[in-house]
Amino acid sequence: MLKSRKTEILTALVLVGPFVALYAWMFLYPTIQMVHLSFMDAPLIGEGTWAGLKNYLKLFSDRIFRTAVINTAYFVLLTVIPGTVVALVIALMVSRLNGWLQSVILAMFFVPYVLPVTVVYFIWDWLVNVQFGVLQPLIEQFTGRPINIWRTIPWFMPAVAIITIWWTNGFSILLFLAGIRNIPKEVYEAAALDGASRSQVFWRITWPLLWPVTVLCLTIQLILQLKIFDQVYLFSRGGRTQVTMVLVQYIYEQAFQRNNGGYAATIAVALFVIVVGFSLLQLQAARFRRSM
Amino acid sequence: MTAPAAAERPAGRRHFDTGSLLLTALTVITACIWFFPIYWALVTSFRPEDETVKTMSPLPLQPTLDAYIYMIENSNLLVWYLNSTIVSVSVTVLVVLLSACCGYAISQLRFPGRTALWWMILASFMIPVPALIVNHFIIIADVGLVNTHLGIILPMLIAPVTAIVYKQFFDTVPREFREAAVMDGANEFQLLFRIFLPMNWGITTALAIITFIGAWNSFLWPFLAAQSERMMTMTVGIRSVQDAWGVYYAKLLAGAVLAGFPVAAAYLLFQRRVTQAITLSAGIKG
Repeated sequence: MLKSRKTEILTALVLVGPFVALYAWMFLYPTIQMVHLSFMDAPLIGEGTWAGLKNYLKLFSDRIFRTAVINTAYFVLLTVIPGTVVALVIALMVSRLNGWLQSVILAMFFVPYVLPVTVVYFIWDWLVNVQFGVLQPLIEQFTGRPINIWRTIPWFMPAVAIITIWWTNGFSILLFLAGIRNIPKEVYEAAALDGASRSQVFWRITWPLLWPVTVLCLTIQLILQLKIFDQVYLFSRGGRTQVTMVLVQYIYEQAFQRNNGGYAATIAVALFVIVVGFSLLQLQAARFRRSM
Repeated sequence: MTAPAAAERPAGRRHFDTGSLLLTALTVITACIWFFPIYWALVTSFRPEDETVKTMSPLPLQPTLDAYIYMIENSNLLVWYLNSTIVSVSVTVLVVLLSACCGYAISQLRFPGRTALWWMILASFMIPVPALIVNHFIIIADVGLVNTHLGIILPMLIAPVTAIVYKQFFDTVPREFREAAVMDGANEFQLLFRIFLPMNWGITTALAIITFIGAWNSFLWPFLAAQSERMMTMTVGIRSVQDAWGVYYAKLLAGAVLAGFPVAAAYLLFQRRVTQAITLSAGIKG
């Protein structure tokens, strides 16, 4: 018995060993190093000197950092709730269909989600090209002239947000569809017997029963969009990037373009605290709801 | 009570049908609008370059493969394909294997540190990986792996969700399976690879496909780690074409179509598995 207990532990160590080693090397170690580096005056590669709280104090007076926080928050505002609402509407529309029609329509809505970001960038850059873009006539309807979206600051974030919703919404659509399928048929049959109207069915049955999925979508999107980099980086290339800066992009710029490893780590710690903070808040909220 | 309801039903149903038809039509139109950007990219990629700026016709006037041929002959596209394949396949195999082993041990075995490990995996779920890019780069540079496949792969192996999904699935396997196999003298490795994994092939396929798509599409880390053009993955590489050639949209979009093709095909072939993987990783029963 004692021997088998020993083999069990040994086997377990062999099984989790590689995973734990990798986690320690690529996850725990860089996390600790990040905090350490944030207190240093250091280039990206090479020796640094202890700087105490200097980087953190700099953070508070740094105007670009403030812009990055505001832009990231703005982007979250433009994508999270609108995206979730759009996904819910699409999921409701798709869930009514059956058979091959449902598969085809769902695929049309979902396929952008699997595309690489660069592909999404090329597609949309062409669609809204200021001279030859097929969407420019549509834009002209509102503005009276073609707009160079990526170089017109007020248009930039909303445009990137719309493209992001187009690109990533497949995920939320699938979650909503799963949620809709999990609603028992009997509930709708009972409502039909009681002569409930379409809007009554939605507001009294579907919406409340989908609320947990809605909260799930919102939190997943929130955490995801706080980490926005790819799209903003690609679309703002060559433009006034300091105005459209977002947090991860600022980490990238400080570390890889200005060679300020220490200060980049400080911004990374800020992002870290923001994301973990929201995650914990969401966990607390979930626990609170369960206890009610 | 029943009589008036029955009398009203035919009228009610006809009303319902027109509404239903309208909604279906609206759904189809919305889907077409949603899909239009991809359609337009495909159309543009089959035009001759000078046609892209002359017409907005819904189909190419003179369909041609010129843009594709030019792209393949004049860029490192095939090298990027190879790099992307090496990186994505390695990441997929390693993530699935490591997560399956780890998930199995946590689910089926008792060992010191088991609870701590489980909590660490759960906690790591909320840590933003992009915050770690600076230190990932420093670590990879320290061991001299910048601009190598291994250097691109290593930080991409952190995938707590896969381990969580495996653990939860192994938890649902009835205890009797395990006991019967142990009686027959099977060891833990045989249990995992001959019984538990084959029992859940569907899960493994689903997780593998979604990991592959994620790895193929990842941009930020490969973009930092691959510094020479010959080390770039497809996602990073085709962007550099724009700098080299300027705005030749038929060619750029031909490149985009080629870059997106493997993942789009993977999705279309395994639609049900992708759906399953996504609902699983979000913690919903499909």
